[in-house]
Amino acid sequence: MDFQDGIEPNSDYDDAPIVPSDDVREHLVVVGNGMAGCRAVEELLARDADRYRVTIFGAEPHVNYNRIMLSPVLAGEKTFDQIVINTREWYDENGIDLITADPVTAIDRAAKTVTSRSGRTVHYDRLLIATGSDPFIIPVPGKDLPGVISFRDMNDVDTMLAAAEAGKAQGGGSAVVIGGGLLGLEAAHGLTLRGMKVTVIHLMSTLMERQLDEAAGWLLKSALEGRGQSILTGADTAEIYGEGKVEGVRLKDGREIPASLVVMAVGIRPATALAREAGLDVGRGIKVDDHMVTSDPSVLAVGECVEHDGNVYGLVAPLWDMCRSLADGLTDRHTGYRGSVTSTKLKVAGLDVFSAGDFSGGEGCEDIVLRDAARGVYKRVVVKDDKVVGAVLYGDTADGGWYFDLLKKGEDVSEVRDLLIFGQAFASGGGALDPKAAVAALSDDAEICGCNGVSKGQVVGCIEAGACSLDAVRATCKASASCGQCTGLVESLLALTLGEEVEAGPKTLCKCTSFTHDDVRREIVAQDMRSIPEVMQKLHWATPDGCSSCRPALNYYLLCALPGEYVDDQQSRFVNERMHANIQKDGTYSVVPRMWGGLTNPRELRAIADVVEKYDAPMVKVTGGQRLDIFGIKKEDLPAVWADLNAAGMVSGHAYGKSLRTVKTCVGSEWCRFGTQDSTGLGVKTERMTWGSWMPHKFKIAVSGCPRNCAEATIKDFGIVCVDSGYELSVGGNGGIKVRATDFLCKVATEEEALEYCAAFIQVYREEARYLERTAPWIERVGVDYVKSRVVEDEAGRKALAARFLYSQSFSQDDPWAERASGDRADLHQHLQPLALEAAE
Amino acid sequence: MTDWIDIGTLSDIPQRGARTVRFEGEPEIAVFRTGDDKVFALVNECPHKKGPLSQGIVHGHAVACPLHNWNIALASGEAQGADSGCTPTIAVREENGRILLARPEVMRDAA
Ligand SMILES: Cc1cc2nc3c(=O)[nH]c(=O)nc-3n(C[C@H](O)[C@H](O)[C@H](O)COP(=O)(O)OP(=O)(O)OC[C@H]3O[C@@H](n4cnc5c(N)ncnc54)[C@H](O)[C@@H]3O)c2cc1C
Ligand code: SF4
Ligand code: FES
Repeated sequence: MDFQDGIEPNSDYDDAPIVPSDDVREHLVVVGNGMAGCRAVEELLARDADRYRVTIFGAEPHVNYNRIMLSPVLAGEKTFDQIVINTREWYDENGIDLITADPVTAIDRAAKTVTSRSGRTVHYDRLLIATGSDPFIIPVPGKDLPGVISFRDMNDVDTMLAAAEAGKAQGGGSAVVIGGGLLGLEAAHGLTLRGMKVTVIHLMSTLMERQLDEAAGWLLKSALEGRGQSILTGADTAEIYGEGKVEGVRLKDGREIPASLVVMAVGIRPATALAREAGLDVGRGIKVDDHMVTSDPSVLAVGECVEHDGNVYGLVAPLWDMCRSLADGLTDRHTGYRGSVTSTKLKVAGLDVFSAGDFSGGEGCEDIVLRDAARGVYKRVVVKDDKVVGAVLYGDTADGGWYFDLLKKGEDVSEVRDLLIFGQAFASGGGALDPKAAVAALSDDAEICGCNGVSKGQVVGCIEAGACSLDAVRATCKASASCGQCTGLVESLLALTLGEEVEAGPKTLCKCTSFTHDDVRREIVAQDMRSIPEVMQKLHWATPDGCSSCRPALNYYLLCALPGEYVDDQQSRFVNERMHANIQKDGTYSVVPRMWGGLTNPRELRAIADVVEKYDAPMVKVTGGQRLDIFGIKKEDLPAVWADLNAAGMVSGHAYGKSLRTVKTCVGSEWCRFGTQDSTGLGVKTERMTWGSWMPHKFKIAVSGCPRNCAEATIKDFGIVCVDSGYELSVGGNGGIKVRATDFLCKVATEEEALEYCAAFIQVYREEARYLERTAPWIERVGVDYVKSRVVEDEAGRKALAARFLYSQSFSQDDPWAERASGDRADLHQHLQPLALEAAE
Repeated sequence: MTDWIDIGTLSDIPQRGARTVRFEGEPEIAVFRTGDDKVFALVNECPHKKGPLSQGIVHGHAVACPLHNWNIALASGEAQGADSGCTPTIAVREENGRILLARPEVMRDAA
């Protein structure tokens, strides 16, 4: 293979014993021929080439190469020759004794010698340890099988290339990469380019979680999947299996992924064994002071193997700083190293990702977020006390360096705060510090809305012609009507053109977005969005993960738009829906089992009575919706309570949810002397059809047997009053703070029709109302005529609505209690169990 | 010197969720895991009317109380916005995937 050229493992040179020389200079012995060790020597030579006699020991059979370029070698973009930093000639010319493929195995500090595996013993005056890191191998069964490797050195790359080669012979091999961090993704990328089918297994729920926030991690995952890699997040490796060699990986959830190669890239640990055995002070790494001196004044250490001021580093930039201080120290300059702030750039071809500093936010931190869906850009800058403390950039990393510079220098950014996120060119351009001034300074033909190609002149023209609100501008010249990214610019133009009196636009969903509920619902469907992070990205959310207002709304909108497909996000649900019970003021819960149409029987009553006794429930109450409410249940008892109620055939009553609550009934023709139809029976049928459905808000139904209306059907979201000739349907009623009687919808002749109209009405409400808008305010907003036009007048439309409702019901009529009681995430109800006490630090 | 107690792994807590821990004679503690996998610990009581914060919606580095929707900053326990009040915090950290909590009584003595 081509990259082998120019390497001479175990050359004659290596075998030559180190003869005690007559060289009287101090002898500097370096353990580790990697990036830091060699760089330190280079720095030293640059300062004083003659001061020390230098010997370098390397465990690998190679000269010093650029380790970070192993990825391009794997990907086939570079050969090994091209990543060599110092050739053998360089070592010769500088009089350095290089010993390769012979690791140092012991240090004798008293005698000031090191001994290598081959038995060489060399005396030193100063020793420099630069052993780098060892890859972390997760201790799962099968970790030692042939074919399980890490990604650390040229040898690993050779193994990967051989596996890809072998795979090709069999028409494409498969590899599993464990670890979705920087290194794992680079390995996955290279292996993909080499023709392997690659699956990345990542324990956390987003990729590169240390460098990227969820939004950027999601973008990255989508992009990689687009390149054909399978990415499994939240996936925990149980075992690597295979007879004599790797055959695949088994996850804790039982899934198996066949593979002929497993690359573990889950992290690195400073290589400290040698130093520890020599009795040096070792914490997480070899402890050094500001001059890279260890606890022994004759022994120095540098690179990934050290711990400075509590920090260990896994990137090269800090090593360069260290090497400078070290060389200064060796030549009596003592400038001292003060630690480094690091930034990360992902160099996987074509994907621009950058992160620096602390982007996790926290107290006193302010997030500035820019999302440009059209360009696939996400930027987040974290500002604290008027200083940049962190940044995450995806898609456009051009300003990474600038943010990093601001961060390192701790510069006050309050002056450019409003323009910061647009980048250096914008923020420092022409002294225009006020966004409005920046817009005013734009020329008339400057493009404002990229999606619709609208210039500043056109926007101003249409404002002057009378469009004096954002909506009016959107309607007339289409600026900001698509992706919305230029909304801010259009608003500035409105303010500039009209003076300050800009009409407030429609209310946005919440303060995280400039879009309204209706916009969001429309766009979810139009753009076929499938997850909360996707919506947040495409619609330019201003916060990294939303708030307690928008997350439940988005979760509902997606659920409604994608029945059977969207995976519900529990953490975006209010506690009641997450716990499937009602939280009460003392933090306990109340539990309401469903009683179909208000009916019950001895078995159910007995089960409820037993639960009340068994769990010491302090109160049972008949609710307004004809059910029994059991109060005072502790969170940890909920699963057991449900299991008991399930055993008697009862299911959750959804009394906690934005969902169908009850169907209230009267006794109707079966018993009542006035009853005209079987209102109880119809109530049960209605409830069987509608239970379990998620809604924008709670939803109640009632069926009365005659116009005496004992079930109070005219203050329900959907009411049925049975009459001699059929069923009178009415909608949009509610009790509550502001009582509203229903609007009459229509009269139908049969039970089947009553059910179909009910389903259709619910579905329009589900698809079009804003989250947390009950049917009463919704109907007042859209008008009852509109509802009639959809449900009564348009027969085909009604049937389609009803069909959509029933389709989504086919996925939602699972009893949430049964799921949880049977152990699915029952742990969420339990307290964490503290383990062993740790020794004091 | 702080005594640290190992209370489990990061994956024991759902992302953007919380679990509770109890120590004899101490108020219940809520341990939160945020969207970016940071952990925080607070006494499980809202400064308003003692709502169980562990049951709230976690967003960013704050939690919305499940009872009346006050927003509490996870790092400081401070109520946000117009509301005022503060819930005690407990030192917590993550190491090698394990969550370590400071002994609550030690924290109290130190306070
Ligand atoms: C594939 C890959 C991609 C990377 N990409 C980036 C990147 O994009 N950006 C970035 O900043 N960083 C990157 N890194 C990290 C970067 O390579 C390291 O931070 C850097 O190499 C550390 O330098 P070091 O000298 O401390 O350790 P190393 O470069 O690992 O050198 C240590 C050397 O010591 C040798 N050694 C160990 N023990 C002994 C012994 N007892 N006797 C003799 N020799 C011994 C080892 O064999 C090794 O050659 C990447 C790393 C890898 C593996
Ligand atoms: S609504 Fe009519 S049928 Fe039903 S209980 Fe009352 S009086 Fe009887
Ligand atoms: S108890 Fe928390 S907001 Fe009222």
